[in-house]
Amino acid sequence: MHHVIVGSGPAGVVAAETLKTHQKDARVTILNNEDAPPYSRMAIPYYLIDQIEENGTHLRKNKDHYSSIGIDLINGELSAIDLASKTLLLNDSTNKSLQYDKLLLATGSSPNIPKIQGIETEGVSSCWTLADARYLLNKIKKGDDVVLMGAGFIGCIILEALVKSGANLTVVEMEDRMVPRMMNDDAGGMIKDWCLSKGVVIHTGTRVEEIEKLDSGKLGLKLSDGKILEANLAVSATGVSPNTGFLKKEQLKVGQGILVNRSMQTSDPDVFAAGDVAEGLDFSTGEYSIQAIQPTAVDHARVAAKNMIQLGSVEHQGSINMNVLDTLGLISCSFGAWAGVKDGEQVSLINKDRFKYFNLQFEDDLLVGATSIGMTQHVGVLRGLIQSRIRLGDWKDRLLKDPTRLMEAYLSSTQALGFNSKVFA
Amino acid sequence: MLRSLQLESEKCTGCLQCEMACSYENEGVFNPSKSRIKVFTFHEEGRFAPYTCSQCAEAWCLHACPVDAITINPGTGAKDVSEDVCVGCKVCTIACPFGTVNYNADSGKVIKCDLCGGDPACVEACPTEAITYVDASNAGMDRMRAHAAQTIKS
Repeated sequence: MHHVIVGSGPAGVVAAETLKTHQKDARVTILNNEDAPPYSRMAIPYYLIDQIEENGTHLRKNKDHYSSIGIDLINGELSAIDLASKTLLLNDSTNKSLQYDKLLLATGSSPNIPKIQGIETEGVSSCWTLADARYLLNKIKKGDDVVLMGAGFIGCIILEALVKSGANLTVVEMEDRMVPRMMNDDAGGMIKDWCLSKGVVIHTGTRVEEIEKLDSGKLGLKLSDGKILEANLAVSATGVSPNTGFLKKEQLKVGQGILVNRSMQTSDPDVFAAGDVAEGLDFSTGEYSIQAIQPTAVDHARVAAKNMIQLGSVEHQGSINMNVLDTLGLISCSFGAWAGVKDGEQVSLINKDRFKYFNLQFEDDLLVGATSIGMTQHVGVLRGLIQSRIRLGDWKDRLLKDPTRLMEAYLSSTQALGFNSKVFA
Repeated sequence: MLRSLQLESEKCTGCLQCEMACSYENEGVFNPSKSRIKVFTFHEEGRFAPYTCSQCAEAWCLHACPVDAITINPGTGAKDVSEDVCVGCKVCTIACPFGTVNYNADSGKVIKCDLCGGDPACVEACPTEAITYVDASNAGMDRMRAHAAQTIKS
């Protein structure tokens, strides 16, 4: 049995390891199209500020990890698939091809390139791959004016690194707040206020419309509200899209990403998909969507690998959408249905002066979503309560009155404390 | 034989010696906010509940870590954070459904219970044996593990 995995991010690597754990005699090949061993994009900001060396971003630290457990890690880029003959055509000079029995597409996503004039100008870059990070690390000088286009999750993750590398940062976000797809108005507004208080210039509700190289050698960025910004460097972080370019039209069922069932199987029975490229089941909505987050990629990978070995052996229960962000020292999280559900109830605590925010969303007596800012202790129980669908009973009303009693509610509801604890009977 | 922390809230008086001992053992300071074990107070019932990582078999933190900074200690079975490898991305803190991996802003890394390498300071400090270090096959531990297993299905 030859399992081929296309993509070497967390989904690809975890799937390969899961395959080898459960089917020791299987042949497992990972196709890696980047110029580095498998690494984590989550670690790139820490590389950008010189906190870690490049190998600190690697998913597995031991160079021989893959060969030592019998995984073939090969370099190459997928250009096309022939589903009938189960053959992958690789995009290289040797016209190599690869046969598979089961295929996992874990090809990830790539940054959206804004369709604006001058986006190709030297000095405009994404910050997505290690290659991008190397470019930026080499390019940014202390005191440089840098414009960050996009204040979504990825934008905000690199925001801190850009400021710490000494840049004078200006952020341009087309929506009215920071991280609009992860934070509500109150929370996104608070993160914006925090960044402003740290000296970051922020323009919301506008976008860059044109970039040109000025005579001074700097970049000139024209905003839709008429302002002109000058910068040494511009970083584009305007969202990502699934990598499906190798698929011919109607070869596999594709929506936004590759459609999968609860076995992570695509419309071709021998082809599976996982991670940013797959439209997997969302725990909160019960619908299929792209989450493009690391924990979901790992969930997908483990389910896909087990089903590649034996179809139907495990069903994906749905991944919970969750994010944690550190914006210049202000830590924020959101979980599940953070924007609330129809006919649900919610409670918020907000302290604008101290940059603290806590919001819980309920459906009946279940916690279904949460947002926190400035909270670092026990935030994981928010996930635990949401995903275990534990009924809070009386505790819901107590939480509506005082959400800071979360841990009491959690411990009382879960009885996780040992066999002879009679407190929580 | 692997051993585990057994937490019996019935016996806890809320003295917080465990938090002090944990903080001192692991951080060199007496600062309960740096403790990996926490005692929660139930005012209405007049009870206390010590709480920390159960070293669950699912190891959500370990699987969520993007840089392989959390590993299983072969001697204790604990899920240990390597401070050198941790980059401080905090993904484990939202992935752990028990909320027992926490971010330490001073170090920029995460901290969690590592059973003090097999000699837990909280156990020694507890005056009422509300925290004991027992054979992991003990019934109470089984129940905690069972709870851990049922909480979330992957």
